[in-house]
Amino acid sequence: MTETGITGFSGYIPRRRLHRQAIAEAHSWAIPGLKALGKGERSFCGHDEDVITMAVAAARASLAGVTAGKIDSLLLASTTLPFADRQNSTFVGEALGLSEDLHTADVCGSQRAGTSALLQALRCSPGSSSLVIAAERRYSKPGSVQELTSGDGAAALLLGSGNILARLLGSHTVSRDLVDHFRSTGSNVDYTLEERWIRDEGYLKIIPDTLERLFAKTGVAPTDINHFVVPVVAARTVALIAKKCGIEAAAVADNLQGKCGDTGSAHALLMLINTLHSAVAGEKILLLGFGQGCDALLFEATNEITRAGDFRSVQAELDKGSAENSYMRFLSHNGAIDMDWGIRGERDTRTALSALYRNRDTITGFVGGRCTVCDTVQFPKTGICVNPDCNKPGTQVDESFRDKVGSIKSFTEDHLAHSVSPPFMYGAVRFEGKASLIMEFADFDPGQLKVGDPVSMCFRIKDQDSMRNFRRYFWKAMPAQSNAG
Amino acid sequence: MASGIKDKVAIIGMGCSRFGERWDCNAEDLMLEAYAECLEDAGIETPQVEAAWLGLCYDEQSMGKSAISLPQALRLANVPVTRVENLCATGSEALRGAAYAVAAGACDIALAMGVEKLKDTGFGGLPGRSMGTFDDLWLPAISAPGAFAQICPAYTEKYDISAAELKQAMAHVSWKSHENGALNPKAHLQNRVTKERILNAPMISSPLGMFDCCGVSDGAACAIVTTPEIARKLGKEHDLVSIKSMQLSLSNGAEMFYDSWDGSYALTAEIASQKAYREAGISDPGTELDLVEVHDCFSITELITMEDLALSERGGACQDIVEGKFDRDGALPCNIDGGLKCFGHPLGATGLRMVYEIYQQIHGRAGDRQLTDVRQGLTHNLGGFPNRNVCSITIVGRHDMH
Repeated sequence: MTETGITGFSGYIPRRRLHRQAIAEAHSWAIPGLKALGKGERSFCGHDEDVITMAVAAARASLAGVTAGKIDSLLLASTTLPFADRQNSTFVGEALGLSEDLHTADVCGSQRAGTSALLQALRCSPGSSSLVIAAERRYSKPGSVQELTSGDGAAALLLGSGNILARLLGSHTVSRDLVDHFRSTGSNVDYTLEERWIRDEGYLKIIPDTLERLFAKTGVAPTDINHFVVPVVAARTVALIAKKCGIEAAAVADNLQGKCGDTGSAHALLMLINTLHSAVAGEKILLLGFGQGCDALLFEATNEITRAGDFRSVQAELDKGSAENSYMRFLSHNGAIDMDWGIRGERDTRTALSALYRNRDTITGFVGGRCTVCDTVQFPKTGICVNPDCNKPGTQVDESFRDKVGSIKSFTEDHLAHSVSPPFMYGAVRFEGKASLIMEFADFDPGQLKVGDPVSMCFRIKDQDSMRNFRRYFWKAMPAQSNAG
Repeated sequence: MASGIKDKVAIIGMGCSRFGERWDCNAEDLMLEAYAECLEDAGIETPQVEAAWLGLCYDEQSMGKSAISLPQALRLANVPVTRVENLCATGSEALRGAAYAVAAGACDIALAMGVEKLKDTGFGGLPGRSMGTFDDLWLPAISAPGAFAQICPAYTEKYDISAAELKQAMAHVSWKSHENGALNPKAHLQNRVTKERILNAPMISSPLGMFDCCGVSDGAACAIVTTPEIARKLGKEHDLVSIKSMQLSLSNGAEMFYDSWDGSYALTAEIASQKAYREAGISDPGTELDLVEVHDCFSITELITMEDLALSERGGACQDIVEGKFDRDGALPCNIDGGLKCFGHPLGATGLRMVYEIYQQIHGRAGDRQLTDVRQGLTHNLGGFPNRNVCSITIVGRHDMH
């Protein structure tokens, strides 16, 4: 029987990092106790990022490290999907340029969604390859502990049967409806129960019960575990769990609280990916997902794990952070305050969905054209070549712009045009093949744009349609980055 | 090759409303204000107007989509009226329609009216609007200052001048227009501004500051045209003004999607002006034109337009500008009426307002800003963005120039 395992991976963490101290200070008038949590940084989505965009970013990085064959299935795990009814995973698949002959599913409903999706995919028929993505954009009430301990991020794992980097030795799931927190339909923030109860009745009972059965099933001893991946915020609690389960304290994996925070249903997979970067062949990695029970997945790194460096590392994502002290920006980007953007913010951004549908390769897939006569690359692909010296009709074939590196031809920082993250930065980007395109810039700070600088393409929210609660997406130009690292 | 329109159409009357924040009136009132002056100037009666063209760009915000508001406001005699809209060239397009109809012999006397009531939109600057269902899916919802600001880095890079030098020249453009506007009772802004204030103004879209951008205003302007023969019969022997050329050039996507254009000039302005010079029989525009009214939606636009119209050498506009070549007392006064900078830019009216200034200067009626011995002048509109636009050039002059 063909063995299925992890063949590629990558994480994505938005570059914006809010100093927790800035949050604690903003609330010091009301909740001075938050000061104790005011250390380090948490990641948060830029104004144009969400679960979809982070999922696409993580998945692209994971696919960039391998020569991916056909992907048979795509699972997207999250509890903060932008669409409750419009399959998010299908949309992500189109942005990635995957074939439409693709099994897709959104996996939701619990902080365990990430590990559950991974488990489902690993149980798929041998020989097939799948992409498991988990992403979370975490919303929290101002003044809550979660506001400080949460972070936004995404993780993508490519599964297949050839050259696997880590194999699944076994798994066990206990499903038990302990409600440590909940978020009802229609609400976007959690209602959280008492920490001591969650620790004593939740973590310290459900996890040991699960692991006892896993160890019995697999014949692996707790002391054999080299990497214990536990997506729990409090390091002291994780140490207690390890001790109770008989796992070495040194095996406990970094929970990324320092520069990122807890990324919800994506966190287990993000921590796993970080661990895979430091794992050596033969090491055993125990991954947990917690929420209304526990998923436990036991992996073993193979000799192929030396290829981990081919994939963009979580550490590189952690390091790229751009420090932010404006708590108000964080609140505004998360929709927690209703800013007055003036009359330009009132513009109707209704999307003609019939037009989006017929142009979805162009818009979602970022596919332009290449003239087969003069070789001119152009976006969009049209009926007549744009090169004035050619202008031949019907000569263009598909040309993907997704992975192109362009260079900044012109730019401006616009304080008049509407942006929920002013100034609105855009300009012309030139590409090899004489293509030129007006694009919005992403992840640049004011003053950073320079003519001639290289830019990579990223999939981002283009407009929010507040009238219809819809958002549309397109590709933007960000500072060029390499995938490895 | 076509014989062109030179001297086939005479302008026998023009009118221009006071431009500004006209909270006191509707678009219809603005048209009437301009029309009353125009009709008196032409010395004809309304029933003699056989056809009309209405230039109106932001229809939704003022008078609706059709042309009906014009005959209704002016009580035209159930004649054909067409509404035209072509971005910032809208006013010039109304004149082109009327002039071509007269030249074709389709009618004897035609009216071109341009109007825009921008201040009722509630916007400072032009209102944002849809770019069309497809472009809205991908094109950033950019602003006009943001689009034109991008000329600046392209220009400084191409000609190896510093951003500060360019900004100084741009400040001179705005300073000069305010100096001119201060002499014009119909201008929206009639104040002088120091270069220091211009240079230190808040940024709108870097490097364009507030004074690098034109104002936003309401206004109307109109012209009555006929053939030179009929004009003479109407008693218009003296100082008869005729159209020398009307050209239009539109982008076809090359500047926007094909990387051959370097972003430092307007391709369409170069093409339209060369065609216009040929049509008008002008070989040396720098000496044969006595004044120009160009589309200074932004100071940088006026700067590059001097080069696009071949009035400055490529890369030489900054020097020409700071040396005063285009000032009121310079070799070739530009925007002697104050330009868009001081008139604002009611899109439908702007092109006709520019022709109005040249017409007034030829007739010696320009008051404190009157130039001496004006024979002919050029108007220029650039609508849209530098990389996707419509450019119109109109040259008018004395009918008896030769």
